[in-house]
Amino acid sequence: MNMTKTLTAIALAAGILSGATSVQASGGVQAPSLQWSFNGIFGTYDRAALQRGFQVFKNVCASCHSLDLIAFRNFEALGYNEDQIKALAAGYEVQDGPNADGDMFQRPATPADHWPAPFANDKAAAAANGGATPPDLSLISKARGSGGDSAIRISLMHPHGFPIGADYVHALMTGYEEKAPEGFQLPEGKYYNEYFPGHAISMPPPLSEGVLDYEDGTKATVDQMATDVSTFLSWASEPELEHRKNLGIKVMLFLIIFTAMLYALKRKIWSNLH
Amino acid sequence: MSGGTSNFQSNSRVVNWIEHRLPIFSFMDSQLHQYPTPKNLNYFWNFGSLAGIVLVIMIVSGITLAMSYTPHISMAFTSVERIMRDVNFGWLIRYIHMNGASMFFIVVYIHVFRGMYYGSYKAPREILWMIGIFILLAMMATAFMGYVLPWGQMSFWGATVITNLFSALPLVGEPIVQLLWGGFVVDNPTLNRFFSLHYLLPFVIVGLVFLHLWALHMHHSNNPTGVEIKDEKKDTIPFHPYYTIKDLYGLGLMLIFFAFFVFFAPNYFGHPDNYIMANPLQTPPHIVPEWYFLPFYAILRAFTNDFFLYWPVSWLMTAKLAGVLAMFGSILLLLLLPWLDRSRVRSSKYRPVNRFFFWVFVLDCIILGWVGGQAPEGILVTIGQLATFWYFFHIIIVVPLVGVLERPKPLPESIAASITGAHQAAE
Repeated sequence: MNMTKTLTAIALAAGILSGATSVQASGGVQAPSLQWSFNGIFGTYDRAALQRGFQVFKNVCASCHSLDLIAFRNFEALGYNEDQIKALAAGYEVQDGPNADGDMFQRPATPADHWPAPFANDKAAAAANGGATPPDLSLISKARGSGGDSAIRISLMHPHGFPIGADYVHALMTGYEEKAPEGFQLPEGKYYNEYFPGHAISMPPPLSEGVLDYEDGTKATVDQMATDVSTFLSWASEPELEHRKNLGIKVMLFLIIFTAMLYALKRKIWSNLH
Repeated sequence: MSGGTSNFQSNSRVVNWIEHRLPIFSFMDSQLHQYPTPKNLNYFWNFGSLAGIVLVIMIVSGITLAMSYTPHISMAFTSVERIMRDVNFGWLIRYIHMNGASMFFIVVYIHVFRGMYYGSYKAPREILWMIGIFILLAMMATAFMGYVLPWGQMSFWGATVITNLFSALPLVGEPIVQLLWGGFVVDNPTLNRFFSLHYLLPFVIVGLVFLHLWALHMHHSNNPTGVEIKDEKKDTIPFHPYYTIKDLYGLGLMLIFFAFFVFFAPNYFGHPDNYIMANPLQTPPHIVPEWYFLPFYAILRAFTNDFFLYWPVSWLMTAKLAGVLAMFGSILLLLLLPWLDRSRVRSSKYRPVNRFFFWVFVLDCIILGWVGGQAPEGILVTIGQLATFWYFFHIIIVVPLVGVLERPKPLPESIAASITGAHQAAE
């Protein structure tokens, strides 16, 4: 019996199964797979895209969406230095307390504080947004695809690759239609989006030409902003990605050499048997 | 324990002092060093030791994770993310543990199929085999409860669906479900007891593994020919260094496979919905268990009112109960395999008919797994039901019949003879 063949078959079978479950989650039209700088085993985040994406998040998304898992200090990973982060944090107010009198009070944020949420709680957020709570965006990329990762994008079920979270976020940002297709009953206060499961989304189209000017002079087209904010949100989902892949390459190299040596040793030890 | 006569001797006075009171050195020498092992084991015999090592990896990474994890419904999800983001190398430990579960099942499923192919369950290794099935069951319970701990959407809804299965049992169903939940819904008490049991069960598995090894060492490893050891000198080699180095080489290969997923595709085996915090008010569109449960999930779902396997018992129970019993039965039935298989020949190498049906059975399990991951619609329902039928038909009907009717090929005289025979054939 051919051992390698069997093992490959079993690995592939496992691949089919898990590939199948990943795709089920999307439930809408499958987002096209794009090329991302953080794809593949050598992938890293594009710093300029991260900073632009942060600008989009800060100016557009943050008015309704929270980013609870990210602290100001984390923005060092986007390429900002300590002073820039302190200055950035100081521009936001957070609640602290209780003080000696037992009162809660507002103070400027420090790098240790987490990104302040736009609403006090989910109920307040829903009340201000037509009854739908805008989801927290800290993990949105991982929660909408096979993680912000695509070292393996090909499984037997999906020879063209299956979309990762960033693909979905990008598709959602650019997938709005002015008018729902003929025969589609769009409920009151909803918008038609090709990629949203069920197509009727509560979020109005967030990006439009002229909504912001990029600090680095890049032209802020809808597609550009969608790409940048998808990159930023992928980083928010997986801030460890660069460290992980970098360490992974070293670990793999070590293991391959180590295993080759074990194989040589095995051959040597067994050679005196025959 | 039999076998492995130890001629252990030491010059160290300390070692001899201890040895006189607790013969641990001669024990280790006879069971791990001199231990006679068939000389013809192929690489499929690596998976037992691999499973043991993955168990250790899971326990060590799990204990480390527990140091930073908070088993409370309002903090569990965030505490896992704190591990991922703020604990030094927390992401590494967590991804090792997460993917380790998948590695554990890959390795163990290969180990179980190897046992089936080579008839390793046959006398005198029935108890060895049965302990193995109990280990598999304990692993499944542990994995299921572990998946609940991050308290994501799939954690919560998986726990809800699976615990609800017990409600199908007559009389005891409801009390069992309430006992599992610690209340009337899946809630904080559920998370707490699952965490407690998830921490306990791996040590139960360790205990079972020791019994498994004890039973193994009574009659030694089976081997690809299925012929018992006749002459220790000719048929066997000492475990060390021959199998220690072979196992280490296999371990290296497995770690490469393991590390690839940990570092480059850590969420490949997972479900995106589990990165959404549990919300009891919002049911995900498809509730799917982890991949290693999918074949059993398919068996569970095969039992609809119009499934022909359900008709004979339809006067007695609901289709849901039949599905639950079939799901658990599909594993428990394996306990009887040593008695269902009547053939006197162990290895499928000499049983062409059995070999054919073995591969059909493997394919059947893969089909079940594939169906289990899809929404139960259209033709998939029928495929799942046929595959479920074949699963039971194989174990209950095909195995006994083939065992009696098949005429096996002639067996080699001994393990040693099979090797020299092969050499002659090659020349």
